[in-house]
Amino acid sequence: MEQAPSELTRLPGHELATLIAAGDVSSVEATQAHLDRIAAVDGEIHAFLHVNGGALEQAKAIDERRASGEQLHALAGAPVAIKDVLCTIGMPSTSGSRILEGWVPPYDATVVARLKAAGLVALGKTNMDEFAMGSSTEHSAYGPTRNPWDTERIPGGSGGGSAAAVAAFEAPFALGSDTGGSIRQPAAVTGTVGVKPTYGGVSRYGAIALASSLDQVGPVTRTVLDSALIHDVIGGHDPHDSTSLKREWPSFTAAAREGAASGSLAGLKVGVVKELDSEGIAADVQARFKETVQVLTDAGAEVVEVSCPSFAYSVAAYYLILPAEASSNLARFDSVRFGLRVEQQGQTVEDVMAASREAGFGPEVKRRIILGTYALSAGYYDAYYGSAQKVRTLIQRDFDAAFEQADLLISPAAPTTAFKIGEKIDDPLAMYVNDITTIPANLAGIPGMGLPMGLGDDGLPVGLQLLAPMFEDARLYRAGATIEALLADGWGGILTTKAPELAGGAA
Amino acid sequence: MSEITREDVQHLAGLARIALTDDEVTSLTAELSQIVDAIATVREVAGDDIPATSHPVPMANVLREDVVGETLTHEQAFAGAPSHDGERFRVTAILGEEQ
Repeated sequence: MEQAPSELTRLPGHELATLIAAGDVSSVEATQAHLDRIAAVDGEIHAFLHVNGGALEQAKAIDERRASGEQLHALAGAPVAIKDVLCTIGMPSTSGSRILEGWVPPYDATVVARLKAAGLVALGKTNMDEFAMGSSTEHSAYGPTRNPWDTERIPGGSGGGSAAAVAAFEAPFALGSDTGGSIRQPAAVTGTVGVKPTYGGVSRYGAIALASSLDQVGPVTRTVLDSALIHDVIGGHDPHDSTSLKREWPSFTAAAREGAASGSLAGLKVGVVKELDSEGIAADVQARFKETVQVLTDAGAEVVEVSCPSFAYSVAAYYLILPAEASSNLARFDSVRFGLRVEQQGQTVEDVMAASREAGFGPEVKRRIILGTYALSAGYYDAYYGSAQKVRTLIQRDFDAAFEQADLLISPAAPTTAFKIGEKIDDPLAMYVNDITTIPANLAGIPGMGLPMGLGDDGLPVGLQLLAPMFEDARLYRAGATIEALLADGWGGILTTKAPELAGGAA
Repeated sequence: MSEITREDVQHLAGLARIALTDDEVTSLTAELSQIVDAIATVREVAGDDIPATSHPVPMANVLREDVVGETLTHEQAFAGAPSHDGERFRVTAILGEEQ
């Protein structure tokens, strides 16, 4: 089968991987097509901080192994983009920060090692808010990423680079990390799919830590099946991460295939979270959500309303717990073992540390470190950090009660469509409340998925969020694939195929 | 309104080892007061009878066998270091003159 290179980049990841596995397309061709696409459009989008100079060589090695008759993983030879929060041997890993500019880690994150072992080819490292602190990718020390649907607008954050890369057809698969919505919210505003796995389901080893009790690495793709394929590769117990769960996980790929094939949601009880469908949610997002609920009902789901009253306090609790953990985690940037050092003659090591951190951290990082230091300081600890941890218990209880009434919870994935670059950058609080829909899942540790549910009044993507009980990630993939198929039927294709062509990408 | 002063921010920055500029102290003093006001609501709901949750999946004492695993070589460990002598990381003076 002959495919024009530009067509290869339009294919969903699983279709591209199938062509490569069948020998119809080589990994070199697939990789080259995506490198060409990056060269053509990334000047506009700025999804990548680093493009892997060794990608073609790695692709060639996979082609040779296949040619020699070796049995390879189903995704072997397919290209993947990697969020810069993840450590990669041979590629700089900066977490979007000046303090790690040019730093090349001596080891791979476990998720990266697993992708490599499966034969996926890294295209490069994607842009992000510095240390994953943000919802717009504007806090990257290396400049913002632009939303492929409208380059004046944000691609979400912190993983705006990965979401924009898959939305702009620069990569079929990508990895993200989700601490308060950094996979699901970018998915929502770019019309793509992203999954935050159950806490502990995917190793955090080699993911530069933001808030260790909240962070999870997960897939970023254009289809639910593609996310499932990546999740199956990266998931499972890792002895390098002491919070990694020792469990046998079902095949998420099988769950997604079943879901897509069934076309029915009969027997599924779906809970609409009352608190996430009201205040602060834009009218057009609410309208798409109502229509989606109707689609679910028509497909046989039983839709009930559930109430999670403590969610009202989730943003407040999150912005105490996250800065507290982040201020501790970021203490490792001490100008001694790695990263930037700024020094003058005669200074003590502490002066050098303070000068290096002042020069290396951006404003949002400083803000959150100072806030976290405040929340943990004597006299305030119980009132703020202690109370926030109690709220975390209340949110878990809300979820427990909700999941007694429903198999799956749904809400809009983000309160609005993509806002304009610069619109909220000077108002930290306005940026923080943007995460209201996604934060509760991180506080409770449960899995969540963001997937497209249509376009807003401005013609920009609107995202749906699915939430499942702890360990029930497969439920997200099964229902998510069914919902995706039902909605795509109505649209005449998945949503990303409707995105406007980029200037640099015109054939 | 939270009473966060310039001196508070300077003290916190000292604890966090960040040499903030005067302008940064000014803007952070205002922002921090606003943010703390917004997040102080957590104190409204959490009664004494509610236990704290520090971690989504309770786990304790995750240990491994006490055997030598794969570790970095000196060369790997120093590859990203701002300064080293091949065996140790090199830093500037640990103690100031007054100490």
